[in-house]
Amino acid sequence: MNITFRLNGETLALTDVAPTTTLLDWLRETRGLTGTKEGCNEGDCGACTVMVTDEAGARALNACILFLPQLQGKSVRTVEGIAGPDGTLHPVQEAMVGHHGSQCGFCTPGFIVTMATAHLNGRTDHDVQLAGNLCRCTGYAPIIRAAEAAAGSPVPEHMRDAPPPPAEKPTVAEATGSGGNSPAAFQPADSDALAQWYADNPDATLVAGATDVGLWVTKNFHDPDQIAFLNGCADLQGVNVTADEIHIGAMTTLTALEPVMEDLHPSFAAMIRRYGSVQVRNAATIGGNIANGSPIGDGPPALIALGATLHLRQGDRRRSIPLEDFFLAYGKQDRRAGEFVEKITVPRQPDRLRCYKLSKRFDQDISAVCGCFSVQVEGGTVSRARIAFGGMSGTPQRAIATENALTGQPWTQDTVRRAMAAMSTDFTPMSDMRASADYRMQTARNMLLRCWHEDAGTPVSVLEVRP
Amino acid sequence: MSVAKPLPHDSAPLHVTGAARYVDDIPMPAGTLHLAFGLSDIAAGRLLSLDTGPVRAAPGVVAVITAADLLFENDVSPSSHDEPLLAEEAISYLGQPLFIVVATSHLSARRAARIAQVETEAEDPILTVEEALARNSRFEEGPRVYGRGDVAAAIEGAAHRLTGRLEIGGQEHFYLEGQAAAALPQDNGDMVVMSSTQHPTEIQHKVAEAIGVPMHGVRVETRRMGGGFGGKESQGNALAVACAVAARATGRPCKMRYDRDDDMVITGKRHDFRIEYEVGFDDNGVIAGIDFTHYTRCGWAQDLSLPVADRAMLHADNAYFLPAVRITSHRLKTNTQSATAFRGFGGPQGMLGIERVMDHIATRLVKDPVAVRRCNFYGGGGTEPRNLTPYGQQVTDFILPDLMSRLEETAGYTSRRAAVASWNAENAILKKGIALTPVKFGISFTLTHLNQAGALVHVYQDGSIHLNHGGTEMGQGLFQKVAQVAATRFGVDISAVRITATDTGKVPNTSATAASSGSDLNGMAVQNACDTIRTRLADLMAGRHQTLPSEVIFKDGKVHVGSATYSFAEVVAEAYVARISLSATGFYKTPDLAWDRIKGEGRPFFYFAYGAAVTEVVIDTLTGENRILRADILHDAGASLNPEIDIGQIEGGYVQGAGWLTTEELVWDDKGRLRTHAPSTYKIPGCCDRPDIFNVALWDAPNNEATVYRSKAVGEPPLMLGISAWSALCDAVQSCGETYADLQAPATAEEILAAVGRAGGGGAD
Repeated sequence: MNITFRLNGETLALTDVAPTTTLLDWLRETRGLTGTKEGCNEGDCGACTVMVTDEAGARALNACILFLPQLQGKSVRTVEGIAGPDGTLHPVQEAMVGHHGSQCGFCTPGFIVTMATAHLNGRTDHDVQLAGNLCRCTGYAPIIRAAEAAAGSPVPEHMRDAPPPPAEKPTVAEATGSGGNSPAAFQPADSDALAQWYADNPDATLVAGATDVGLWVTKNFHDPDQIAFLNGCADLQGVNVTADEIHIGAMTTLTALEPVMEDLHPSFAAMIRRYGSVQVRNAATIGGNIANGSPIGDGPPALIALGATLHLRQGDRRRSIPLEDFFLAYGKQDRRAGEFVEKITVPRQPDRLRCYKLSKRFDQDISAVCGCFSVQVEGGTVSRARIAFGGMSGTPQRAIATENALTGQPWTQDTVRRAMAAMSTDFTPMSDMRASADYRMQTARNMLLRCWHEDAGTPVSVLEVRP
Repeated sequence: MSVAKPLPHDSAPLHVTGAARYVDDIPMPAGTLHLAFGLSDIAAGRLLSLDTGPVRAAPGVVAVITAADLLFENDVSPSSHDEPLLAEEAISYLGQPLFIVVATSHLSARRAARIAQVETEAEDPILTVEEALARNSRFEEGPRVYGRGDVAAAIEGAAHRLTGRLEIGGQEHFYLEGQAAAALPQDNGDMVVMSSTQHPTEIQHKVAEAIGVPMHGVRVETRRMGGGFGGKESQGNALAVACAVAARATGRPCKMRYDRDDDMVITGKRHDFRIEYEVGFDDNGVIAGIDFTHYTRCGWAQDLSLPVADRAMLHADNAYFLPAVRITSHRLKTNTQSATAFRGFGGPQGMLGIERVMDHIATRLVKDPVAVRRCNFYGGGGTEPRNLTPYGQQVTDFILPDLMSRLEETAGYTSRRAAVASWNAENAILKKGIALTPVKFGISFTLTHLNQAGALVHVYQDGSIHLNHGGTEMGQGLFQKVAQVAATRFGVDISAVRITATDTGKVPNTSATAASSGSDLNGMAVQNACDTIRTRLADLMAGRHQTLPSEVIFKDGKVHVGSATYSFAEVVAEAYVARISLSATGFYKTPDLAWDRIKGEGRPFFYFAYGAAVTEVVIDTLTGENRILRADILHDAGASLNPEIDIGQIEGGYVQGAGWLTTEELVWDDKGRLRTHAPSTYKIPGCCDRPDIFNVALWDAPNNEATVYRSKAVGEPPLMLGISAWSALCDAVQSCGETYADLQAPATAEEILAAVGRAGGGGAD
């Protein structure tokens, strides 16, 4: 297929691109730009971070799981494009040299691009911004010192990438079969085009943010016969908050969802900040998080606890189901051939949501257990409880017996302990490399107790303790 | 004077612009081929048949190489010739290379590597300590034992006795740059190899054996590594040898890099240990006798496991005098990756054993663990000398009592310990802990002959200086520190000195850049070479000015002779015209070492490096989640060659050590498959895992021994400062109840919650 984008200020038109070519491989192997590094090839280390700019602004992304078609009409800046055209170092580069922020230097290009992007966007929450960049040498302290030192410097003009070239908008044309073994690829311009095409080609792979499909390709050599890139479907993006509902388009990134939730359900927003990393959240979509059916995705438990409805579309047919009903069994969802997630709606409600994500490392880690609790209390009595977990079964799942043990009971520690006991009716978790079954059950129960303690004003989060 | 200045890393401007080249970034000639290994899917058994037909037919594949195709040595072991590049009949671990795919791209090689038809006969693998002991599967004929005195009697006669057992997990290096190598065939059958290795000479040696040429037929070059940490001391051999073999077979340049998952599945990691102990002590906690048993899973091949296990034994004392002591070490052979060097090289495991004992004694006696540590320190009063290690080396410069006192003061240890206790009294769910632990780490390769280094220094006609040494740059700032030594010897600015890629053609027969020895050994060798040239220049100028060579002063880019002053370049130009050689080699060997590793007696170490850390943590007794709130470190780098580079080693070492003991958990399943084989499942510390408050200072005193500018080695010792984080977690857990919590390592959230339960605490269940 043909792709037009801008690279370090230069407009490029690539023809006959194999659609599952990653930006990282293309940069390093075809373009000879070896500053961008491969550390893991799965979006977990940040060594390949690039800056991508479009109408929505500039953001950091992992090039290793970013397919070239996703760049259609956007601007890309790699580490080679961070210093000025005359070679003047960017303030974050100067600061990294001056503060001894590089040792082996291999992770450094990724850090530089993330830092320069955050600097451009005026972000000074360095721990959040840099959570997706791993460094094995420095212990991070000098990198943070460098980020702090550079924060006050003006943004070099060349970092403000021009609006993307007025290239051909993604076409609604025929799928283009390109050379070799490349799959037929399609880039719909809106959800109507997608619906029609996907109904006709139900075996195609849909790519939203590619944070999951990217790994199918880089690690499992997944070779789709047909593939559709949804980044052109602007009508699937964005959040609309009405008096009654929150409407979340399927292609809404986690980054875009976070500020909305910060206002309405701040505990969900706090969990989103621990979902992947900045680079992952800038790519990953809530629709993808649901549609891939993972038992350990963090979005579904929170949305289920909020009573979300899932809206599916197949051709011109639409249907809506409670989100929890979508997940039938491990690897099996209630999704018909050619049907895709169009949006999610969440009823407006008083905020009682508490989200607890338990993982080996706080940031950029997959949950061992993710527990989300919405316990409404009226006059000291639990009037309604919606509780959902990830990591406790083959799907994201509601804890019905636990909810029942709470509902109508006084919101006391005794009630909570009885409800904790009921959790073994709800779940039979498994053991794996993340956690044992016993630990999962014990902590799932304790999360309910934490919820109660938190409600009572007791400090319960190590993340909020200051030295 | 360049030495002691906090200059940035020499490659920092290249790092930050993406211009620093690593092996995979080096432009390769057209026609370069790419390699990938096909891997074993069982942990133990026999290879019955290997049909590579489908592989050969895959797109882009040029050749497939199996063990039967190897014309010369099929071995990549750094020690005992027991590590075939490609499995012949026996399969020894899950992930063992079986064949090499040679293809036109990295991706086609990787894809094709998965489609061979492999027929195997599986056997029961030996995976655990118990299984290895039951089947007497071990390296060396039996356990190695070091010690002195009547241990049983000393323990028996003591007022108090304890026994315990500590499981210590291994650690994946997770160098950000995976293993990589490239080979370029030369005329006359020679081979040039570029390798991401800490040990170019070893690569040269193994490649020469594998392609059937003397070592002079192979030249190995290493400009830099994207991290090593011990993981590139021997684990790069397989890639370099595979590239050379394939390059010889095809006549084309060949390159290989491991995908991260392959890297983690194929290569060795830090040795995991089980340490059992029995200790007798008095009412103050002073140890009378102690009996340690170490069990370590070495994996399928010997690699460097014997010296690793030795070094663990040599650090079983850490900073403490052990009057009667026995250390028994079992080196177990298992069907897992061959465990290898990792920063500290066994030292951290040995040290964790005794630090655990200190905490255990303190819990038993209900004392401040620091008081127990202090009363067991080397030195101190009394009639009996308390300065002899279990292996008979005198501890002559024991600075830890003073160093610890200063750290206790600057970190406010005593008042903070009280504050932690009152905070804990007020908090039901969250609990804090604090600990102060010391480090004493022995510096030198315990294989004595490795303590040597060479250098090659050229001074060009324009006064610029080019140097090479045997050390490799993996981020530790070695090149800059050594360049600072050279600049100081010639009295020139650092910009006059250029160090280029480590090259076996420039400096031969080098030791690995390991054992923290890089600047000690290579700095001295470079100093020696510089002084040879400087003496020639001084002789020339003294002769011209009728004065003594000692009156010729090299300083600030100038050469002062009597009342005359020349630029360094002018003197060099004169020397060139006077037909004086401006090139010299340098050499250094560490003095005064004598070590018998079988008896466990002698002086294995030239000196000790010291340090101490105070760490404060908080845990959640409902989930085991935990954080490091603050760390205060005081570390001894002697008279530092570059204080900022040394502080970088300390900060990074601490975080890496804390990671080893907290979030970094390796999990194998019962088939021997490593389940944590990517950063999605193996969690090194991230940005927010560093301490919120992180104070690092250098103990500013020169080394007693005559090292280069009286500096001390600083690569490995700071890793063990991370033990204080683990000890602080023990402290926090112990605040939950009276019963000894018996925290194991790594202290994952799951392990901490279990320990809270053992202590008798926890908010629930």
